[in-house]
Amino acid sequence: MEFNKELDARGLNCPLPILRTKKALAEMASGEILKVIATDPGSVKDMQAFAKQTGNDLINSAEAGGEYTFFMKKK
Amino acid sequence: METKKLAIIATKGTLDWAYPPFILASTAAALGYEVQIFFTFYGLQLLRKDLSGLKVSPLGNPGMPMKMPFGPKWFKGINWNIPNAVQSIIPGYENVATSLMKMTIANNGVATIPELRSLCQEADVKFIACQMTVELFGFEHGDFIDGLEYGGAATFFEFAGESDICLFI
Repeated sequence: MEFNKELDARGLNCPLPILRTKKALAEMASGEILKVIATDPGSVKDMQAFAKQTGNDLINSAEAGGEYTFFMKKK
Repeated sequence: METKKLAIIATKGTLDWAYPPFILASTAAALGYEVQIFFTFYGLQLLRKDLSGLKVSPLGNPGMPMKMPFGPKWFKGINWNIPNAVQSIIPGYENVATSLMKMTIANNGVATIPELRSLCQEADVKFIACQMTVELFGFEHGDFIDGLEYGGAATFFEFAGESDICLFI
């Protein structure tokens, strides 16, 4: 999947992946896509909740080998 | 959509209890909430310029697992259940427990308190220090970080009365 920016949140625990995601999105333009890679299992639910509450679109999420990848489209 | 508001009262001044207010405040801010934290009594410790005085004590805290943050897996799994009477007579016990806790925090990729506090400030979380307890404990404004407001209970209610979520921590 194509993306405009990548955020490496590996090794970070709650709430850092969400805070870094928010910060990364703030520097992007509407419609651009942010890729986030995290290792915190709690981030799966948290990214969904973040998207729902902020209106950004979580267009894809996947897990492979203990790493979680998210694609978030900025509102 | 109207901005949601979160009001928190932070009353604890230990390393473990420093986490909930700053984690919730920074996360809420990231979600678009307007956030205020009212720091009173021991919570004032969380506003000091130097946060190295924040400690954690396992003494009298049966809910706290005492595990070592280093060594082989079997060793890390041991819960060192040390009786209160023993803990209380070992000099520096709290300092050791605090160092071990800080190691565990770093090992788990959990943010430090100074880091979380800065993230809150960057996100415009408003910090209010209770003036009454500042005086009660003999603190001076110079002991605390810049950017604080000093006020009392009425100041807290001004914001809390309009908040969507209000937490006492």
